[in-house]
Amino acid sequence: MMHLKPLLIACFILLPLPSFAADDDYGYPIPGSYEATILGTPSSLKPEFPATKHIRQIVLNVFPDREIPPVFFYEEGLRCTFAYQKQRAPLVFLIAGAGASDRAPNLLAMMKALYNAGFHVIAMPSPSNANFIVSASESSIPGDLTEDSADLYRAMEVAWKQVAGEIDVSSFHLGGYSLGGIQAAFVAKLDEERRVFNFQKVLMINPPVSLYNSVTRIEEMLKQIPGGPKKQGIFFNRMFSKFSQFYRYGNFVAINDDFLYSIYTERLFSQAETAGLIGLTFRISLAGMIFSSDVMTNSGYVVPKNRVLSSRDSIFDYFLVSTHLSFFDYFNEYFYPYFQKKRPGLTKKALIDSMSIRSIEGYLKSSDKFGVMTNSNDFILTREELDYLLQLFGERLKIYPRGGHLGNLEYKENLAYMVDFFSR
Amino acid sequence: MMTVSRYRAFQAPISRDRCGDKIISCKITRNKLYNLLTIYALILTMCLTGCAVTRVDIQGEVPARHSISEFKDQRFAEVDDPWEGFNRSMYRFNFYFDKYLFLPVVNGYEFITPIFLQERISGFYNNLGEIRNLTNSLLQLKGAESVSTLGRFVTNSTVGIGGMFDPATSFGMKQHNQDFGKTLGYWGADSGPYLVLPILGPSSLRDTGGLAVDSGITYGIYTAVGPFGNSGNSFLIGAGIKAVENIDARHQQSFRYYESGYPFEYYMVRFFYHEKREIESGKRIPSN
Repeated sequence: MMHLKPLLIACFILLPLPSFAADDDYGYPIPGSYEATILGTPSSLKPEFPATKHIRQIVLNVFPDREIPPVFFYEEGLRCTFAYQKQRAPLVFLIAGAGASDRAPNLLAMMKALYNAGFHVIAMPSPSNANFIVSASESSIPGDLTEDSADLYRAMEVAWKQVAGEIDVSSFHLGGYSLGGIQAAFVAKLDEERRVFNFQKVLMINPPVSLYNSVTRIEEMLKQIPGGPKKQGIFFNRMFSKFSQFYRYGNFVAINDDFLYSIYTERLFSQAETAGLIGLTFRISLAGMIFSSDVMTNSGYVVPKNRVLSSRDSIFDYFLVSTHLSFFDYFNEYFYPYFQKKRPGLTKKALIDSMSIRSIEGYLKSSDKFGVMTNSNDFILTREELDYLLQLFGERLKIYPRGGHLGNLEYKENLAYMVDFFSR
Repeated sequence: MMTVSRYRAFQAPISRDRCGDKIISCKITRNKLYNLLTIYALILTMCLTGCAVTRVDIQGEVPARHSISEFKDQRFAEVDDPWEGFNRSMYRFNFYFDKYLFLPVVNGYEFITPIFLQERISGFYNNLGEIRNLTNSLLQLKGAESVSTLGRFVTNSTVGIGGMFDPATSFGMKQHNQDFGKTLGYWGADSGPYLVLPILGPSSLRDTGGLAVDSGITYGIYTAVGPFGNSGNSFLIGAGIKAVENIDARHQQSFRYYESGYPFEYYMVRFFYHEKREIESGKRIPSN
């Protein structure tokens, strides 16, 4: 969701920072769940790493025979970011969260922290990112954890083949955040059969327990806007006009940290509006997934069947249509019918159940290679789900008192914990 | 362009097998081949003569399950873009220009130049940019801002050794980025249609005009001051300075075309560029 950052920063409320006199010794300052999710970590609380020349992008040709539609002419393979050491070191594969590319800020922060601690790193885009759907997904229909993990595993093998000659690797680890976190668990399980990497340590950061339940919770946030999700255009325009007015009357220098900080201290947006903006950001990200999947499969879902879009054609109306579709529309009208055809007799409930870590809980319970980091106010988890994680992972689960969904990922203490997990 | 290209349908493996059988079983006779060629020739002629009109019929398009007509909502994140076809082509051109020329040069520069030196070079050019900031602050009659910008320029040029270091920021003098496009906006000029410029990227009709004026002013100042006027190689030196300036500008800009992987990236870039310019030019925005 890298490109959505400006939209994300368009939403904030909250109490002034000085009042965050925390009653615990955890230094991440933002108490609210939504606010933390949107604002992330203040720059002064992120660790600083020296710039390095040992980071570059690698492009993987996963399906050499695949025909790429003209509208995706720029897709020349799966883009991953690779950080390498000159000496022998463990290699960590990282998986991005929903919709994110290999250049997502959260992913790059994890990569830099690990690189500086002496690891090789390969950062992979999410299987729900269009680059992955076009270049590396076998079905081009993302969302099924088993299939997505198989796609990820294949891509990791190709990546490893591509860099194996350049680096000296002592062992392999795996990590991911959000959707990438739950995918990491499924990839690790697949690795137990395939044994290409023999992952030693697997870290899940802010993972959902059930993908369907977590997305339901995000969709519900959009229901809080006036008129509901079908009126998101009106909502979007109103929020932006509010944002612009605020700048106009505030005597700011530029749209920078100072400006964002004051949006947050002045409580420009209400709690419901903030929730709505998070939900809308999710929809905008989901739209990219729906559109690219539809183009790749020629299913006639949002683009007329058999229409060949060129690189010059306007696709703005598809953007508007796709953003107005919910995850449930995608699930019921597109995703489930595909799997139903593929696995006759499959019920919706069975499909939903398979998209949960409960479906592999026996494995997760028995294996000591796993670690989980989450926050007690992460809105993608219910209280019961958090308790479930605690019961499943016990001491392998680290719960921070705040941070929302991924808000504290770049906080120095969190990154240090992550590095320590892989170093132990 | 007109070939019916069905990327992969839901049951891709099955349909592929069927096609394979067909090809093996059907022996194409010479007559059939001629017929086929005639049909292809016909289709080709039709395409060339009436591409857009006949397109729907030839391809056998089936309407999509969801279309824009079913949603009763305001359009959003939209920007006036009557030249979208041209702009998308330019966006594409810039992607290739970056890929095959600009970025390889920038990468070469980053490879041979120590990071410390890169930062000093960026500082040097950013300091020169203060001249543009200053002229435009003055044109907007912003007194305090002009004083601050002048202070920055003087401080960084002297204490900061020609702008290589930035002590002014630590003295509390904030950078105010200004250009003639913003000046025009400040005085009420509309941004005009969105425009993607070759190499330079996202802009608008107004900002393109502004860019020309800024370049003219900068050139005028260089010529008047003539720092290398006596060396006899002023043109070459000037061109060299300009070349490094462009490389440094691209080096400082982390944006990469199509890198987000988001299929609607063009629209996101368009919207955020437009909004940022509108907001920062200080023009009053009508409330909804």
